[in-house]
Amino acid sequence: MSDTMPILQVEGLRIRRGGVKVIDLPRFSVAADQKVAVIGPNGAGKSSFLLGLACLIARDGGRISFNGSEVTQRDENAYRRQIAMVFQEPLLFDTTVLDNVAEGLRIRGKKRSEARELAMESLELFRIGHLAGRSAHKLSGGEAQRVSLARAFAVKPKLILMDEPFSSLDLPTRIVLAEDLGRILHESETAAIIATHDRIEALRVVERLVVMDKGTIIQEGRPSEVMENPVNAFVAAFRRTTGHTMK
Amino acid sequence: MELILDGLVTALKLIFSLDRDVLEVTLLSLKVSCSATLASLFLGIPFGVFLALAAFPGRRFVISLVNTGMGLPPVVVGLFVTIFLWRNGPMGFLDILYTPLAMVMAQTVIATPIVTGITIASIQNLPANLKLQVRALGATRLQTVWILVRESRLPLLAAVMAGFGGVISEVGASIMVGGNIKGQTRVLTTATVMETGKGNFDVAIALSLILLSLAFGVNYLLTVIQQRERPR
Repeated sequence: MSDTMPILQVEGLRIRRGGVKVIDLPRFSVAADQKVAVIGPNGAGKSSFLLGLACLIARDGGRISFNGSEVTQRDENAYRRQIAMVFQEPLLFDTTVLDNVAEGLRIRGKKRSEARELAMESLELFRIGHLAGRSAHKLSGGEAQRVSLARAFAVKPKLILMDEPFSSLDLPTRIVLAEDLGRILHESETAAIIATHDRIEALRVVERLVVMDKGTIIQEGRPSEVMENPVNAFVAAFRRTTGHTMK
Repeated sequence: MELILDGLVTALKLIFSLDRDVLEVTLLSLKVSCSATLASLFLGIPFGVFLALAAFPGRRFVISLVNTGMGLPPVVVGLFVTIFLWRNGPMGFLDILYTPLAMVMAQTVIATPIVTGITIASIQNLPANLKLQVRALGATRLQTVWILVRESRLPLLAAVMAGFGGVISEVGASIMVGGNIKGQTRVLTTATVMETGKGNFDVAIALSLILLSLAFGVNYLLTVIQQRERPR
């Protein structure tokens, strides 16, 4: 686990969706360059947790602090401009790959030429520079998810949240993409929280594993520690999987 | 059959000789219907985006009203716009009844629910998480709306086509608020009704052909743009 100061701190986070309590988290924090995987069965609250951390859904209570400052409702957009989020589906815009990756930069007020230049660097980072001029709707699943990741990294976020980013990809694509992502995350020293069902994503990319169930954390630690002392049947089953996505 | 053939021949003569009256009626039709379509886009797209994205009590009821409005009978619109613009009506002070402006107003009332309804459907058809993704990229509310409208641009072209198609072909409202005054408010549809009533089928056929060609031409242009943009 990293010893550096937390970039993200959460206290008493409570979220309800459709009248049902989905997140009730007394405490959670991530260090400045730490990579954390959140695992748990379907309905454990992983997606709501990430959406809550990104202030994309309303919370019932609790405090989120980023870089030592509390994120109030007024600061939410400024906060989101320091982080990035990747969803399960690539959610690309109906334009070229390059303009997709440049979008976050354009939103931040960068000039078109500068945004495109930085976007190209991010595409190269994910080894898809050759796709820059192609329509985003003509990509394979793996290519589209790479573009989605490149778009997230283009804004140079301090923290990146990923909600099962590889779940719709086949196994060989997942392995290669997870390796690339791990490398880029470590090189860029970006903090990351990745919600996953997948052992490959969890173990190749992260240094801390958080097990979530019924909206709260039931176990956390280094991946090896968690794997050796599974707190429940889900974690035990997770340990046994060899790369297949658990549902 | 002979009547139709004679009508077609005369119609083609009128069209190719660039008959002054026919040209005048055609240009006014285009001017009125294009203005009304533009006005309905200015009103209908923002309203449609608001209804698609906002959450407020009674939203479903308002959307139902918009959907009902998509099939507003032009004569009913014509009746109410006439009452509003009548000398002692709420907007009588404008003194625009029986002018092209009144026709633009009536046609705007017809086209706006069509544009609004298609805008709502277009925005709601976007992937469920796209709005969250845009906001996650740090977009402000205004930037979010702009990006979502941009992503709906192809279905929104259908709104333009439907709006224009709805007003260029309507006759009830135009005849009621415009009065079919020669040289002032006579448009293709009102002139066709009048010429048919007088038994001048050749002129009526000519006007109908022009009307069909205009509707086809505008829709063809928009379809070309739509299909060129569409990913294959």
